[in-house]
Amino acid sequence: MTVAVFCVLAPLAAASGVMVFRFGSMARATIALLVSFLATGGLLIVLGLDYLGIVVILMMIMEMVIMAVFMVAYMMNPAGLMPMSMVHNRRVSLAVSSAVFVLLAAGIFAVRWPRRVGAAPRDPTFALGEALMGPQMLTMVTLGFALLATMVAAVVLAASRGRYDRFGDDLKDRLPADPARGGVGR
Amino acid sequence: MVTSAPLWSVLVVLALLAGFAALAVAADALLAARAARRPVSATVLAAPLAEVPRLLAAQRRVTPAADRLLWQVGLVTVPVAGVLAAVVIPFGGQTASRMSAGVVWFNAMEVLTWAGVWMAGWGPNAVLALVGGYRFVAQGLAYELPLMFALISAAAGAQSLDVADIVGAQGHLWFAAWMPAAFVLYLGSVCAFSFTGPFGYPAGLDLAGGVAAEVSGPDRLMLQAGRWLLLTTGAGMAVPLFLGGGSGPGLPAWAWSAVKTAVVLAALVWGRRRVPVIRADRYAELAWVVLIPLAVVQALAVGLIVLVKGGPL
Repeated sequence: MTVAVFCVLAPLAAASGVMVFRFGSMARATIALLVSFLATGGLLIVLGLDYLGIVVILMMIMEMVIMAVFMVAYMMNPAGLMPMSMVHNRRVSLAVSSAVFVLLAAGIFAVRWPRRVGAAPRDPTFALGEALMGPQMLTMVTLGFALLATMVAAVVLAASRGRYDRFGDDLKDRLPADPARGGVGR
Repeated sequence: MVTSAPLWSVLVVLALLAGFAALAVAADALLAARAARRPVSATVLAAPLAEVPRLLAAQRRVTPAADRLLWQVGLVTVPVAGVLAAVVIPFGGQTASRMSAGVVWFNAMEVLTWAGVWMAGWGPNAVLALVGGYRFVAQGLAYELPLMFALISAAAGAQSLDVADIVGAQGHLWFAAWMPAAFVLYLGSVCAFSFTGPFGYPAGLDLAGGVAAEVSGPDRLMLQAGRWLLLTTGAGMAVPLFLGGGSGPGLPAWAWSAVKTAVVLAALVWGRRRVPVIRADRYAELAWVVLIPLAVVQALAVGLIVLVKGGPL
């Protein structure tokens, strides 16, 4: 059963990854990438890492849909009728990707794989939570703040209207002057 | 104790979902007839179900330069997401698939509708459908985080992501009683991911049906059935998460599960007609300014209670 699922998911992940660069539509390319990630999430579940696999599926669906919105907005004719290609700088990218593939594939055979030490935890999800919230707590907290700061900074840089536009030069307007009516407190 | 059933039980899940969804559709027809002051009869109640053979036989609408593949995949994804999300719901003492991360599975499968509805909107190469698909994504950004925190509250209360453990942790007190904010946010989000009632904006009448504007025949049946299946799945999941699952006096566990599911579903079907449609940008502001902080405080309160007491209330 496990082997059968692997034999379906692994080629699917690779094939849909290839299709990202074959499709002429940004929508299809994004969905192909999503299928590749879903198959990878499935492979994680096959490995016994239920939580990680399902979280990969959950996050990748949301990420790819949001990415589709932005990629379509930035990179293609919004009507979607003009073919596009995800391949840029064909020769160099081919060389780089071949080199990376050969390097990684060679690594599989060159490295002496360590023998397994100890047994798998009874509940991998619990073990993961303990690792993240125990020894790696500082890393996670730092990472969390860094990510949040990046998001806030990106929104501040992207927002065309700030608080002075909304509440007047001395910030004394009771109601914000927003282009669209409705919302909280208005 | 909740046990996992064999693989064929997915068919039972499908049958149960379809049965409850059919009841919900009939109840909705009843409410519509009463609101319009039309006489209520068996014909009125069965009218939406009589649509099924008509839609199955109807011709598909064709639009120029449509992305047929994405359109079709998107339309199929909506009902499939509803059914897949339901496999972790315990019904009485049985669940189709008991998973250690069942709550996350439910969440992931419900999020599949993001991709499904967006593709269904993109596919026909038509402006109203496209706007509908984008509206769902905008709405998704607003409803998803409160929903996630509501699910996290229930999981934190039971200290487990396994839905069966969450049922087991409600022996003394239903989670709905000591995490009411999470319960209400969850029910609202159920309407949001089945894009119905106040969250019917992606398929709104102002867009001539939005994502549903260009779909006809079996495709239309799939999309509309998918919305009802998602609503039913959401109602079904509310029972193990917040209403104690199959526990109750007198009746067997499966009967209590059925009764509770029916009550939640009836409340949703009734409630969705009482609230006007809310625009996604307005709801996004409400969600991010009010609902997400509320959901975080709820999750924090649950965490503190579990920490102090060493277990659920």
